[in-house]
Amino acid sequence: MDPAQFLTASRVIIVAGKGGVGKTAVTATLAVAASSIGLRVLVVEVEGKDSMASMFETNQLSYTELELITAATDHAGVHARTVTPDDALLDYLNERGLQRLSKRLVSTGLLDMIATAIPGIRDILVLGKVKQLERSGTFDLILVDAPAAGHAITFLRSASGLADAVSVGPINAQATEVLDLLSDPERCRVVLVTIPEETPVNELIETAYSLEDSVGVALGPVVVNGIHPELAGLAVDPEVAAEQAGVALVAGEADALRGAAGFRTSRTDLQHAQLDRMAEVLPLPQIRLPDLFTSSLGRDELDRLAEEFLRQVAELPDPTA
Amino acid sequence: MSAPTNLRDVLDASKVIVCCGSGGVGKTTTAAVIAMEAARRGRRSVVVTIDPARRLANALGLDGLTDTPARIDGDWPGEMSALMLDTKRTFDGLVRRYAADEAQAEQILTNTFYENISGSLSGTQEYMASEKLYELAVEGDFDLVVVDTPPTRNALDFLDAPQRLSKFLDHRIYKILVSPSRGPIRAVNLAAAAVTRSLARVVGADVIGDAIAFFQAFEGMEEGFARRAERVDELLREAGTAFVLVASPKADTVAEAGYFADRLADAGIDVRGLIVNRMQPTFDLEDRAELGGDAVRERARTLAGTPLGDLYTCLADARQLGRAEEQHLAGLAERVAPAPVVRVPIQPREVTDLSALGELGDVIFDAEDDGGVG
Repeated sequence: MDPAQFLTASRVIIVAGKGGVGKTAVTATLAVAASSIGLRVLVVEVEGKDSMASMFETNQLSYTELELITAATDHAGVHARTVTPDDALLDYLNERGLQRLSKRLVSTGLLDMIATAIPGIRDILVLGKVKQLERSGTFDLILVDAPAAGHAITFLRSASGLADAVSVGPINAQATEVLDLLSDPERCRVVLVTIPEETPVNELIETAYSLEDSVGVALGPVVVNGIHPELAGLAVDPEVAAEQAGVALVAGEADALRGAAGFRTSRTDLQHAQLDRMAEVLPLPQIRLPDLFTSSLGRDELDRLAEEFLRQVAELPDPTA
Repeated sequence: MSAPTNLRDVLDASKVIVCCGSGGVGKTTTAAVIAMEAARRGRRSVVVTIDPARRLANALGLDGLTDTPARIDGDWPGEMSALMLDTKRTFDGLVRRYAADEAQAEQILTNTFYENISGSLSGTQEYMASEKLYELAVEGDFDLVVVDTPPTRNALDFLDAPQRLSKFLDHRIYKILVSPSRGPIRAVNLAAAAVTRSLARVVGADVIGDAIAFFQAFEGMEEGFARRAERVDELLREAGTAFVLVASPKADTVAEAGYFADRLADAGIDVRGLIVNRMQPTFDLEDRAELGGDAVRERARTLAGTPLGDLYTCLADARQLGRAEEQHLAGLAERVAPAPVVRVPIQPREVTDLSALGELGDVIFDAEDDGGVG
């Protein structure tokens, strides 16, 4: 499949997954990949996390757009911003000529009460803002780094819940518009992220079915992070391998090599078992990003991951063929 | 790097242990291991889990159970119980406790606004976790309560959540909403009524009506809630309460753990222990300078394409990751000093039964303070 076609199939991609699976890293990888093939990208962070900023070595993200990658010959550019419910609500009210009300809401603390009185309103405000950004057409691709933990489902389900709960008025209109966005595969898709381990894979499978059933949102390929690259030579005993290569090992060296190989092989076997299990129950393509054996990602690592991502997308079957 | 205490000393000296950390670092499992170790040491422990993975719940025999402690049978001299936090039930219990009578309690419990508060008000889950902790520690038949915290950045909100919640319930605006015609604040009331009307246009009159009804029903109960909140807060600050950070050695989770450490420091609370799960073993050779630094990676490059090259690549990958992890941890370990730092290597399999939990306990409680894993 043509990567450009893949990355422009919908203008909004929501990246979701439980904590610790590298959701933010995948969001960043997609951003770099899309920008490198000529798409103007906006990254939207819904939780005020610092990791996106540290990967690109920029200032903390804020409600105002910040440049992560400057547009140049080889990149169309990546911008990033946060969309928090409170700011989104103030925007929403201001745009409707209710500035005075919005000031009062803040000064009296009523904002908290409204958010409590109407569960899901925080989420709908965030998604409403995303919808507005999508409509503005300033960007070719908007990547939303969704809330962690189990919140992805409630986050995305908030629209249908609210459309039912508040039957008239602007909130209902907003919820309905967000629902339209979420249920239209040509406008919005969800990319689920996991690591090849039992619990994260289980949660991903549950989330996938739950999102399709209750939200009706289109699911893109699953991105699996932290895959060990194949090393065929690990099956050979170090003593034998050294003899073949004509290298003399120092005392203890064979043990270290054997230990590392055994550990990695057992982890890799577990990974494959999980990937196979996921493929069996979840008919979604898997994009497998390699473990780079580093505990922090910078721009170099993101470039490598983006390249690998694009390579694997190109290998996916063409849906129109 | 020797600390004055090890984790077992911390365990023995504590009546309450709060495990904090971001999601995906094995926090719930670690909390269960701590409770089990206490039972092995002859104590009566209970662990409050927030959202256990299914296999852990199975391992603990917690499937289908609610928020009452269930005894876990195991081969230990003490006792161990476990339960899952049910935020709404805990909140309902508090309402029943402080309601003047059954009618007031019912009026609150059936209010739509209350249902929303008890389910979704930010901080409620944190607050109820600390409430449950208090209930078990003070009224329960246990001598150690281990509590898991929600996997969110706001997990430590319970340190100020009691105050926040009582502030929320006590907010002046609600008083105005509740009694719109009370004497001297009439001018304010007119303004408030205008806000209420505008709000009703945006969010619907039902919503506002429910909120007002809730605050009317709640009248008179704020004080009970506030006093309870103060006692919970005191318990969290007692010497017998230990906060233990749980992390993985990845840069972002170490940063999150640092954030938690700061939050605790701001609240005047020391970190008593740091448990780092999922450490990469590095297969070090002692006294082999020729294999230090980047020598292994060099050999992997020279021998690329041969089995020995693959073997060196594998060892180099492991060491590279291990080194990076240690670098990330260094600052955090220093920050929580003199608290013991326990490094737990990546486990070959997930905890699916009590014996696996016990094995993990051996690893955590027998790990040397200076790491040296692999």
